[in-house]
Amino acid sequence: MPFIPHTDDDLAVMLQTIGVADIDTLFDEIPAALRISSLPGVPPGLSEAAVTRLMRKRAAQNTDSLCFLGAGAYEHHIPAAVWELAARGEFYSAYTPYQAEASQGTLQLIYEYQSMLAGLVDMDVSNASLYDGATAFAEACLMAVRASRSNSRRVLVARYLHPLWRKAAETLLKGQTVELVELPAVDGHTDPDALTKLDGQDFAAVCLPWPNFLGGLEPVDTLTDWAHSRNMLVIGVCNPVALGLLKPPGKWGARGADIACGEGQPLGIPLASGGPYFGFMACRQALVRQMPGRIVGQTLDIEGRRGFTLTLQAREQHIRRSKATSNICTNQGLMVTAATIHMSLLGSEGLRRVAAQCHANTRSLVGALTSLDGVELRFAPYFHEAVLKLPRPVAPLLAELAAAGILGGYDLGADFPELGQAVLVCATELRTAEDIAAYRHALAGALGMAAAA
Amino acid sequence: MKREELIFEQSRPGRRAPTHAPATLAATDDLPSSVLRQEPPLLPEVSELQVVRHFTRLSQLNFSIDTHFYPLGSCTMKYNPRASNTLAMLPGFLARHPLEPDSHAQGVLESLFDLQELLKAVTGMSGVSLTPMAGAQGEFAGIAMIRAYHLARGDTERTQVIVPDAAHGTNPASATMCGCEAIEIPTGPDGDVDLDALRQVVGPKTAAIMLTNPSTLGVFERRISEIAEIVHAAGGLLYYDGANLNAILGRALPAGMGFDVVHINLHKTFSTPHGGGGPGSGVVAVNPRLEPFLPIPIVGKRDGSYVWLTEADRPQSIGRLSGFMGNTGILLRAYIYMRLLGTDGMRRVSGYATLNANYLCARLASAGFTIAYPRRRASHEFIISLKDVARDTGATAMDFAKALLDRGFHAPTTYFPLLVPECLLIEPTETEARQELDDFVQALTEIRDLAGRDVGELKRAPQTTPVRRLDDVRAARQLDLTWQGKPRTVN
Repeated sequence: MPFIPHTDDDLAVMLQTIGVADIDTLFDEIPAALRISSLPGVPPGLSEAAVTRLMRKRAAQNTDSLCFLGAGAYEHHIPAAVWELAARGEFYSAYTPYQAEASQGTLQLIYEYQSMLAGLVDMDVSNASLYDGATAFAEACLMAVRASRSNSRRVLVARYLHPLWRKAAETLLKGQTVELVELPAVDGHTDPDALTKLDGQDFAAVCLPWPNFLGGLEPVDTLTDWAHSRNMLVIGVCNPVALGLLKPPGKWGARGADIACGEGQPLGIPLASGGPYFGFMACRQALVRQMPGRIVGQTLDIEGRRGFTLTLQAREQHIRRSKATSNICTNQGLMVTAATIHMSLLGSEGLRRVAAQCHANTRSLVGALTSLDGVELRFAPYFHEAVLKLPRPVAPLLAELAAAGILGGYDLGADFPELGQAVLVCATELRTAEDIAAYRHALAGALGMAAAA
Repeated sequence: MKREELIFEQSRPGRRAPTHAPATLAATDDLPSSVLRQEPPLLPEVSELQVVRHFTRLSQLNFSIDTHFYPLGSCTMKYNPRASNTLAMLPGFLARHPLEPDSHAQGVLESLFDLQELLKAVTGMSGVSLTPMAGAQGEFAGIAMIRAYHLARGDTERTQVIVPDAAHGTNPASATMCGCEAIEIPTGPDGDVDLDALRQVVGPKTAAIMLTNPSTLGVFERRISEIAEIVHAAGGLLYYDGANLNAILGRALPAGMGFDVVHINLHKTFSTPHGGGGPGSGVVAVNPRLEPFLPIPIVGKRDGSYVWLTEADRPQSIGRLSGFMGNTGILLRAYIYMRLLGTDGMRRVSGYATLNANYLCARLASAGFTIAYPRRRASHEFIISLKDVARDTGATAMDFAKALLDRGFHAPTTYFPLLVPECLLIEPTETEARQELDDFVQALTEIRDLAGRDVGELKRAPQTTPVRRLDDVRAARQLDLTWQGKPRTVN
């Protein structure tokens, strides 16, 4: 029997101890009309060898490509040690560290994670993570509405924030009647000159993606000061790898952002069809009691030795029930474990080099592709994604590239019609000059041009 | 006792693990200095070996299923088969960009499609969405679907969600997240819902009732069909919190009990890793009346290929719950586990989980422990109350929990459900052998003896763990949530 250790002897002794004849009798409190005797829709069990064969076949049915697609999920190098360590049974099969003395490994790791993450975004405190970038963004909006001195339930958001995150946030915010209102945009970023349109309206916060969905760099200093002068909180929605190179939200404008959140996937998490990833959230000290999710703190034990424990639990659902800051119960512990190991292996210099290389590779990619007639760069500066205008409809071109083994980017037409025939391309530190040449060659072919420069 | 310095304290300026980053710093001269970071972030400067040692040592400070019996009630800490992890981490699964064409991900999509079908089979429901990333998100999705269903019928006033007082805290919190009001009803002395109280609160404002069955009290709600009748007659729907599905897998179907929607914690019943607190997965299954409202994306089949169905195909959906499609890697692990178990294996799960719980319950009862619901059959878990021991000796449930750690057992869930004073909620799961259960009885008995003999000694537990009891008040009052480069606290 898979994973059940009982011998016939055990079974007999146990039934006798309980005082029943068989296992089925143990279900006698379920009304007979509700009981079932089989699960016809479930096939018979397989051996591990057979399941291995099945899953290897399924894995092989997928098609690997050369990836120039980012749009919220990025292919980076993940050191072998990251998942060797994270998959250790002591991490993998532990639960939420409710018994702190028996969970110091997980707790200290989360404390280290909180320290690294808070340092990366330049905020005072971090939580132990949320589900993913999209839900972290939604939770940041809810948190800002709770924490804001304004009574407004409206949150301003840059037009070029991830469109799928926005959709997810709308699902999650609707029940609490929190509304997202778009900031005016121009040239691939928020238009600071058009903000006067919003004069006289009240908002709880403004959300600024960094870089934005188009890879562009928002005028965050101007926008942060503008928002603060109107008593709004500022939420920085950041790519954590970019922060190896780019100014962290804690340094935006005169006072810095108030909350930082984002998608943790670039920190050692495989693409894996979109999950599991993790969302991060950090904030200024003054807001910590409005932060959702688990938080680990350092304290002392009865002998005065340092130890770590879950803290500020009075915010959480298992204590406050319907009045909690969120219904969230889990964090993405295993992913945070991987990310903490990943950040430790890279260090600040490694992260900076990765970020700079992503940027340089994307510049090379843009240079190579825009050397083709009709392919034009739309906006600059950018970090590791850029918008290219194509001379032909994007969808069939991307399909042709995909057939040639290249994920050519994200078709922006449906989400942002003002951009026209535009594709969002990305080159991380993993893309080589050969990779970029292969993309150029394939695109030239798809456009019906000669591949030669 | 084992200790481990913070990784920051092992850091030395200039030390690196250079093989993981480009050999040189690429030029960024096209970026204005106003957008650049001026000071490096606080990350440790350590070698790869230091990293490997540090995190290996940290792991060794944990209790886990792989190292300890972990009878944490309501959490279903069963063995997580290695095959699930190894196979879900095949490169062909890890390399999948979430926005690649469906044609490139047929192996993933087929597995997820099959998983949807298996989950329909074990719940009796007709539709499944795999996107919720944890039980609490499944709850959110379920209540949001119920709200959408009522609103689609023009039934706009249904904003009350009835929740028994024994429910998980996420239930009322999820109701709030959906803009609903949680209405608590009491539980009767036998552990079943108080039907008179239920009849009094249902009405034209009732959106739903949220139930766990077996309940968090470790007993099967026997009058579930009557509850379904009362709530349905009042125009409300029934939400099944699948936290305890392990107890009835293959023995009864949530659909058969009258539920309209169910979430399943794959990290409990289907043995995906708890990972130190996540990632979980809270997939939802519904009957036909809620199907149009399922969160997107969902895997469908079109012209012999598998595709993600989104807004265009599911216009009445409550929408997306995640950036992409939820915790796919966790879904694959659950699928692998389900294929290993098969139909007979699933019935054995509930059978042996219930056998282990009832055996442990019977042994503890004969050892003189107070069973919270002695006249009821235990489900896959049960509660003992240490109220009498506490009265006689001063030893609390927390003291017992800490003393168990010294004896090599993770503690059961303490002080939940809130209804039973000084309680331990014990869930052994089906993967533990009888010997382990016998040893656990022995440990609890010894601890009770110690409480009677020398309660002061008991209150000094734990003494063998990496730290002793921690000052939670200090943790909350003198908040220290990030390392500030301060000198080390006294060791």
